[in-house]
Amino acid sequence: MLDLHRFMVLTRTLEERLEVLFKQGHIVGGLYRSLGQEATAVGSAFALEEGDWLAPSIRDMGALFVRGLAPEEMLRQYTARGTSLCAGKDNTTHFTVPELGLLGPISPLGTQLCVLNGVAFAFRRRGTDRVCLTYQGEGASRTGASHEGFAMAAALDLPVVIVLEHNRWSFGTRSDRAAAVEDWAHTAVAYGLPARSVDGNDVLEVWEATGEAVSRARSGGGPGVVVAETYRMLGHAQHDAQRYVPAEELEEWRARDPIRRFEKVLLDEGFLSQAGIEEVHADVTAEVAAAAERALDEPYPVPEEARTRVYADPGDDPPIPWTRTDPVAGDYLGGAA
Amino acid sequence: MSGSDPAGPSPPRPVPSPADDAARAAGAQTPLVEVTYLEAIREAMRAEMRRDDRVFLLGEDIGVYGGAFKITEGFLEEFGPDRVIDTPISEAAIVGAAIGAAHMGLRPVAEMQFIDFIAPAFDMIVNFAAKSRYRTGIGAGLVIRGPCGGGARSGPFHSQNVESYFANVPGLKMVAPATARDAAGLLIAAIRDPDPVLYFEHKFLYRRVKEALPPGDEIVVPLGRARTHRPGDALTIVTWGAMVWKCAAAADRIAAEDGAECEVIDLRSLRPLDADAIVNGVRRTGRLLVVHEAPGFGGLAGEICAQVNERAFEWLDAPVRRVTALDTPVPFAPTLEDWFLPQEEDIVAAARWLLAY
Repeated sequence: MLDLHRFMVLTRTLEERLEVLFKQGHIVGGLYRSLGQEATAVGSAFALEEGDWLAPSIRDMGALFVRGLAPEEMLRQYTARGTSLCAGKDNTTHFTVPELGLLGPISPLGTQLCVLNGVAFAFRRRGTDRVCLTYQGEGASRTGASHEGFAMAAALDLPVVIVLEHNRWSFGTRSDRAAAVEDWAHTAVAYGLPARSVDGNDVLEVWEATGEAVSRARSGGGPGVVVAETYRMLGHAQHDAQRYVPAEELEEWRARDPIRRFEKVLLDEGFLSQAGIEEVHADVTAEVAAAAERALDEPYPVPEEARTRVYADPGDDPPIPWTRTDPVAGDYLGGAA
Repeated sequence: MSGSDPAGPSPPRPVPSPADDAARAAGAQTPLVEVTYLEAIREAMRAEMRRDDRVFLLGEDIGVYGGAFKITEGFLEEFGPDRVIDTPISEAAIVGAAIGAAHMGLRPVAEMQFIDFIAPAFDMIVNFAAKSRYRTGIGAGLVIRGPCGGGARSGPFHSQNVESYFANVPGLKMVAPATARDAAGLLIAAIRDPDPVLYFEHKFLYRRVKEALPPGDEIVVPLGRARTHRPGDALTIVTWGAMVWKCAAAADRIAAEDGAECEVIDLRSLRPLDADAIVNGVRRTGRLLVVHEAPGFGGLAGEICAQVNERAFEWLDAPVRRVTALDTPVPFAPTLEDWFLPQEEDIVAAARWLLAY
């Protein structure tokens, strides 16, 4: 319970720090916040076990922290440091960290589901019961890649769970202008997959529903979908002041803020006192400030790095310890024999 | 060699010839078997799957049906449904699953039923597979293979050559075998390669090209190395795929009728491009003709011309010429398709023009 809270607070605090850094000119490129959606990312990721894989979308930073990512990694990414997980070659959450079971998405939407299917397939080939979890906004769920990903996951009955984050907005377009569905769980029904809609701002409900889908997938029950009803409280990115969003709607959803709601539960159930809650915020703020200071001290990559790593160098791709338990005699890797 | 070539510039070296290949095959002391181009692909894939259980296949109708061209006939029975996977008609999902499996250490070979259908998977290939190692350090060693090319009266969507669509994408490799030996050897090299390889097999050659080969698992043709299909000193013809055979026929005719020997270089690999082999050829003959089956505008001949211009301009005794398909979609009716495709006549005419320059 306390970890759920801490990870949500960490997500919001770090994003607020990133916003400050953005205004100070330290952030390279855009900044995409998940304000209001922290419970969906954190609650769903909590349903996974060690060794499972997760592919985030753009507003799922909280899920990455649950999986063990250090906060300063996000700071390095957003400030394009040479020490970042993408070595300065890509931004935001686009890194793949096999040790943490993280598959990085790319900007064309819906594609990571297709790739995660292959990860899940490999798990099953190896006889493990690991599960893969990925996210899509309802906007992303309209791409061809997304539909094909659903079709493949269903056809191969893969251990994949899709969290469909219905946050009402696809960049500047309200989703009901771009689709003729009211219940986004219908996306799953079309592929014969079970779906359950939950209050995406209730971290416990998200956790519980995702856990149900994860358990089913783990026990061979195939893919499942969780539709998280939530709201994107800020514009698409920092450059977007979201003037197209009705103020009363924002007010309505502000009252359902996932962190404040959960803090009330923690208080009511006696998990934390008000002072305890404030202490968490203070701790996390200090942690984030220190991490930001460290990241900003690190250098950009040297220009020559732009040319590296396009193709494998000899010695790249050694047997993969986290996956490959049976390297075949004779190493096939490192180029043609 | 371009700056993106992982091997870097390599010194001039002899290009393997068919005679070398034959000698090597003879030295292998294995009974040779006459196989078609199609059988060479099948047997190479089978041999590699027997040797390495990380190798698996996925695609449309490849399992129960055995593949639209029956390349994977019998594979489901031998390797089982975990390694021969019938998929939905979802090319993006096929390539996506191959990428994910490759990340996890498997060796996927994805089939596009016709290479034209690679278009729906374009995003997965150019944005996910090709950029994965650069962005994240995690490679995507996979093969996407499929029948390309015209001459089979198959119309605009079952006849294309797609190499130029992908030529401008760093991170990809591309091969296009012309012989049964290269069909086997390049496929095995592609499967073992740690980077994504597009393998273009020419459907016109499937049953028309035959060669006596040792069992497929003994052949590995390194990626990025061209092959001299026919030696000559008067003119260098650079080509690949089915055009190799038309160029060879044209060169034979010129030898018989004009007494001039044209060299035919079969690139085999399109990325990395064996620019050294091309440049060395031009430095020997002073004349270059590039022949390819895709339309000329934006085709690979342009890149080849540019590299020769940069590295061998002083050796040229004539302008570089191209013979390519018309700048149109691939038409259906036999009269139209024959007019569209480069023919022996066109190659002979261009070669004679160059020889007379």
